[in-house]
Amino acid sequence: MTEPVTKPNKEVVGLTSLYHEHAEWKVNSGESTVHAKRMPGRFRTLKYITESFWLIFFFGPYLRWEGKQAILLDINNRQFHIFDLTILPQDIWMVSLLLLLLAMTLFAVTSVASRVFCGYFCFQTSWVDLFTWIEEKIEGNPNARHKLDAAPWTGDKIRKKVIKHLIWIAVSIFTGISFTIWFEDAYLYWHDLLNFNLTLLEWSVLIAFILGTYYLAGFMREQVCMWLCPYARIQAVMADSQTILPAYDDKRGEPRGRLHRQGSGQPETEKGDCIDCFQCVQVCPTGVDIRDGQQLGCITCGLCIDACDSVMDKIGRPRGLIRYASLDEMEGRPVHKLYQHPRTWVYVAILLLSLGGIIYGLTHLGALTLRVAPERQPLFVRMSDGSIQDKYTFKVLNKTGKDIHVSVRTEGGVKGQKIIGAEEPKLVAHGRATSFTIFVKAPEENIEKEVTEIEFYVVNTEDPSMEAEYTTKFTAPEH
Amino acid sequence: MSNNQNSAGDDKTTGHVWDDDLQDFANQPPKWWMLGLTASALWVVIYWLMYPAVPISITGTHFKGIGLPGSGQWTAIKELAEDQKVLDNVRGKYEDKLKGLTPAAILADQELSEYVVRSARVLFSDNCAACHGQNGVGTVQKGKFSMRERGLMAPILNDDDWLYGGTIGTIQETITGGRQGMMVAHKDTLSAQQIDDVAHYVKAFVEEGKDKADNDPAVAAGMKVFMESDCTACHGTDAHGMQAMGSANLTDKIWRFDSSIEGIKHTITYGVNSGDPEARVAIMPNFGTSGKLSETQIKKLAVYVYKLGGGQPE
Repeated sequence: MTEPVTKPNKEVVGLTSLYHEHAEWKVNSGESTVHAKRMPGRFRTLKYITESFWLIFFFGPYLRWEGKQAILLDINNRQFHIFDLTILPQDIWMVSLLLLLLAMTLFAVTSVASRVFCGYFCFQTSWVDLFTWIEEKIEGNPNARHKLDAAPWTGDKIRKKVIKHLIWIAVSIFTGISFTIWFEDAYLYWHDLLNFNLTLLEWSVLIAFILGTYYLAGFMREQVCMWLCPYARIQAVMADSQTILPAYDDKRGEPRGRLHRQGSGQPETEKGDCIDCFQCVQVCPTGVDIRDGQQLGCITCGLCIDACDSVMDKIGRPRGLIRYASLDEMEGRPVHKLYQHPRTWVYVAILLLSLGGIIYGLTHLGALTLRVAPERQPLFVRMSDGSIQDKYTFKVLNKTGKDIHVSVRTEGGVKGQKIIGAEEPKLVAHGRATSFTIFVKAPEENIEKEVTEIEFYVVNTEDPSMEAEYTTKFTAPEH
Repeated sequence: MSNNQNSAGDDKTTGHVWDDDLQDFANQPPKWWMLGLTASALWVVIYWLMYPAVPISITGTHFKGIGLPGSGQWTAIKELAEDQKVLDNVRGKYEDKLKGLTPAAILADQELSEYVVRSARVLFSDNCAACHGQNGVGTVQKGKFSMRERGLMAPILNDDDWLYGGTIGTIQETITGGRQGMMVAHKDTLSAQQIDDVAHYVKAFVEEGKDKADNDPAVAAGMKVFMESDCTACHGTDAHGMQAMGSANLTDKIWRFDSSIEGIKHTITYGVNSGDPEARVAIMPNFGTSGKLSETQIKKLAVYVYKLGGGQPE
């Protein structure tokens, strides 16, 4: 599997080299399963740690906060609960900023350190890692697995395969359940599930997730990274020669050659440090050869670094034949510091802007929102004493956790106007918009214009600092 | 021109060749695609069996489908009924409460009265808006014999002037039993001059106020007619009218009929519902005892009208 590869001996660009290139062009389209070897090492440990962030995905929804689910993305009732915070559809603009923030984080990280997300955090990587870990526990190491795959169907093979698939499906079921309970009460969901009492939508989501997880993590594996994931395709745009990524030091490693026993007559000195042991390929979860250079299939997980380091230790050579390094460093060009990297600054600037927007939004959520719609038919009514009365429909959104009462007052408008319909404080239920009607009656002699600006305020009677404002019009007949 | 002699290599072709070199590979479509095609074809057959999909009538009947598991044969009317049930469930909790409440109690409940204002809008449009106008703004009645406006077809409902009272109870009463006021024609009892005088006097109430009109020498003749003829019997000496009999308040700024001098004279001359062919007609039909609307519907309408803007507390 190679994308067009940067060969060290570029200067030999004869026509015949094209055929040579073609001969090397092989595409991993999933004909053979990649059985990667698990080797301990720094990056392996790091990967275990980062992948364990997904435990939050599995167990986060069970967390309670003041008698309710701490984080509940309640799409059915159109509100998100995050601890004390309630986010209603009116605040959804913050979600777009959040998406921007996440995208920018991804871009910035990619520009500095390549596909860190792919290698250490991605759900595909993590679930495949879990699935292959299960596979290894049941079917043994990669060699044993290759043999088992090729072996005829015996009782033992069937037993192993059945157990493996059952555990995979169990993990998939748990994944599906864990996903769903972010969107509804976890304990109620389990209750409904155990009574086989889910709604059609709930069943569909669950089954889709079970099948998806089982198929993508159990069978598709690295094919997802290479042929399905858009990020793998666009990351090349974000990486440049200053980006650090797992790289093979070909100046040091080439010409590669197998290690021979002492005294076999082959002079060792002419060769580079790479002993062509293929350990880096063996451990690769996507089955690429890192020595071919940076490529589409590389998720920059660093497992090949672990493998190569352990081999270098054994043959008594310094570590780092494969290491996290930029292209500049490998080619001996001056290496820039991170702050000399203009692209990073652009990303950081957008990142800070969107973060600022979210913080502004969260701190200025406003517990009350007011919308006032003036009646259009009729625009005004003449009353028996000659005064003009306008009708307004108030919509008050209460985003606090409890029902409150509001009083109504005005600013502007016509001198001597009276508010009718809000003599008693109005009840505003929490978590939804409450509407009520207010009339404003003004003496005709004080009305100067057909349209006068009027500002309405609703004020929480228990906490006068909580208020919301809306500016609209008072309409009167032409005179 | 072009020299692209691509050969199919070792791949099998169908053997057909067009334009010397154009060949057709004998490759199978992908397996998943073939499976999808087969599954779709099967689904068509299942769909035909489940739904009434064959519109061919044999011996007067047609294939009605074997139906969906659990819900029997599918029909459009059944689907409508089910949707209606969903709607009724939402409304039901309010409608049930309404049955046991008086309109005054409904008004006292903020949430319930908001529901009523929304749901009674359709009732109002169907039953009331023809005369009272959409949202109770009133409709202007055009003259039958002249092009002159003859005033409103029915009173404006969002002001605070009520012929029979604007409390929730009287509104409910008005809708239930209907109303039909009566003003006698004065063409035989008053002279044309007297009618002209009294019309100017009444008009002055609105322009100057009742107190000033009483002392205005220009309308003194009209005042004399008003006080000495039968006007005060219904409209009262203060001209404020009596809601018990539905006589209009003549001193406020709201006119039931045409407010021009000509219009006022017409009203006085021929009366209202007086039997005279030229008389003004003002009849509020009976919606309750006639059985046109249910009691709950009337309650809802009463609350709706009350909340239009002019409702008066008991």
